[in-house]
Amino acid sequence: MKNTPLGRVFDAFNAVVLVGLAVVTVLPFIYVTAGSFAKESELAERAFFLWPREVVTDTYRYIFSTDTFMRSLIVTIAVTAVGTLIQVLLTFTMGYPLSRRSLPGRNVLLSLIIFTMVFSGGLIPTYLIVRELGMLDTYWALVLPMAINPFYLIIVKNFFQELPEELQEAAMIDGCSELGVFWRIVLPLSKPILATMALFYAVAIWNDFMSPLLYIDDSSKWTLQMFVRQMTVSSDMANTLGQLDPNYEPPEQGLKFSVIVIATVPILLLYPFLQKHFAKGMLIGSVKG
Amino acid sequence: MMTQVVRYRWLFVLLLPGLAYFAIFKYAPMYGVTIAFQDYLPFLGFTGSPWVGLKHFENLFSSPDFPRVLGNTLILAGLNAVFVFPAPIVVALLLNEVRLNVLKRAVQSAIYIPHFLSWTIVAALTYLLFALDVGPITQAMNSLFGERFDFLADPDWFRPLVVLQTLWKSTGWGTIIYLAALAGVDPNLYEAARIDGAGRWQQMWHVTLPAIRSTIVIMTILLAGNLLDTGFEQIYLLTNSLNRSVAEVFDTYVYFLGITQGAYSYSTAVGLFKAVVGIVLIYGVNWVARRFGQTGLF
Repeated sequence: MKNTPLGRVFDAFNAVVLVGLAVVTVLPFIYVTAGSFAKESELAERAFFLWPREVVTDTYRYIFSTDTFMRSLIVTIAVTAVGTLIQVLLTFTMGYPLSRRSLPGRNVLLSLIIFTMVFSGGLIPTYLIVRELGMLDTYWALVLPMAINPFYLIIVKNFFQELPEELQEAAMIDGCSELGVFWRIVLPLSKPILATMALFYAVAIWNDFMSPLLYIDDSSKWTLQMFVRQMTVSSDMANTLGQLDPNYEPPEQGLKFSVIVIATVPILLLYPFLQKHFAKGMLIGSVKG
Repeated sequence: MMTQVVRYRWLFVLLLPGLAYFAIFKYAPMYGVTIAFQDYLPFLGFTGSPWVGLKHFENLFSSPDFPRVLGNTLILAGLNAVFVFPAPIVVALLLNEVRLNVLKRAVQSAIYIPHFLSWTIVAALTYLLFALDVGPITQAMNSLFGERFDFLADPDWFRPLVVLQTLWKSTGWGTIIYLAALAGVDPNLYEAARIDGAGRWQQMWHVTLPAIRSTIVIMTILLAGNLLDTGFEQIYLLTNSLNRSVAEVFDTYVYFLGITQGAYSYSTAVGLFKAVVGIVLIYGVNWVARRFGQTGLF
């Protein structure tokens, strides 16, 4: 395809704009990462840098030695792991029957599910239900109220629906039960969508700030997001970190940088997988409705 | 019917946990909305609390909070429509013009990242970058304009910061849906346009844009439906005692009154008002779109 001089100018300009956009997006991470490995004195001295003069790990050694941080990290990892398992389990066990066109009452159920995407009881009634169930200040409150994302449920249902029905019929004729078909035929064919859903659910729980804010009062049960908020937004170092070591000055400013890095790294590690799956899985599933 | 149920009994067993979830965490709260018309008392519950009719709605509409919260919400919604909504369309069109595939993919990989980060991280980054006196952006702006900027506390800066945060977090991700629509354009259309003498600008105007028109319409309907949804986490994390006058929107208002002050019935009424407006808007805009010959959402 031939290009006019004006077109070439546009292409150059376009490339500059887009690369600029990408740089602006990524720059804050580089700055925060660099800052987390810098000395406290360098942070006070230099306004902005992308590489510290001297790479030190003070902030990380300090943060990993505090009980409050370690506890919130372990809590978050555990809640994310168990929560993702529950969410995937519920979404898949519900999605399979709904994918069977002959299931009695299927359309009514689907309408009821789709309705929850348009209208919800809202924050307060949901909070009151969680409280009535005695789940305040328990980790269940971080998982169960969002155990099924209706949008993901529909995607999973649509995926199951695309599987050739002959496969299931053949298995039934060979004496396989409904549960057997689900377990032996359908699930093994669903590994890619299983992985996608698990990733998306895990990221949602890991990132969730509203649920712990609403349901967890006890600061010993805080998740990482609450911890990050308290350290950076509220700048409440002493209360957040608990008893500070009187013989050792904590690198206060640097700690803000390192908690952000620690809370972000897992997402960045998953990012290549997320990116690989979302374009295919999410869009195809949702567009076909 | 019975034989059908027996035949599908295992499928129903599989359905049960999910059904229980929707009943408890989706439909029970919907029933709980009735407390907007009651004076809810925890020990009397959803069913036993005394009915008070529209009292809470009357209180809401006559409260001085209402014009303030509605105004704040609508201003943010307006800024969102003007600055945030078109951004992914522009970026998608620019990406679509890139001929170097490596460049296109590298830019996409970079700008999708923020979508996956929590609002806590976005807020934390904002507090670091815009911190009074020490934040890099604050220092740059201070020396550039010779002023002492206080981005985080100054109410005038609250809305620009919200828009910046949203642009940074959602623009890249927002391009995906438009790029998907653009990927479906038949290359023959461009070929035909070129043969007819269309330049690149005309190709974009007459081929590319019409190809994403229906996507833009659908996104507009969704935007209208979410008009009052300002995003709780983002606003809450950026709110402090100094900027509350401009920061308080429906979502945070419900939280502060309901959860921190225990005004359960009143805050439920506020939430219900918001939800009903959302439904009316989404169906209304959908109707308008269909009248103008566009494919609606439903």
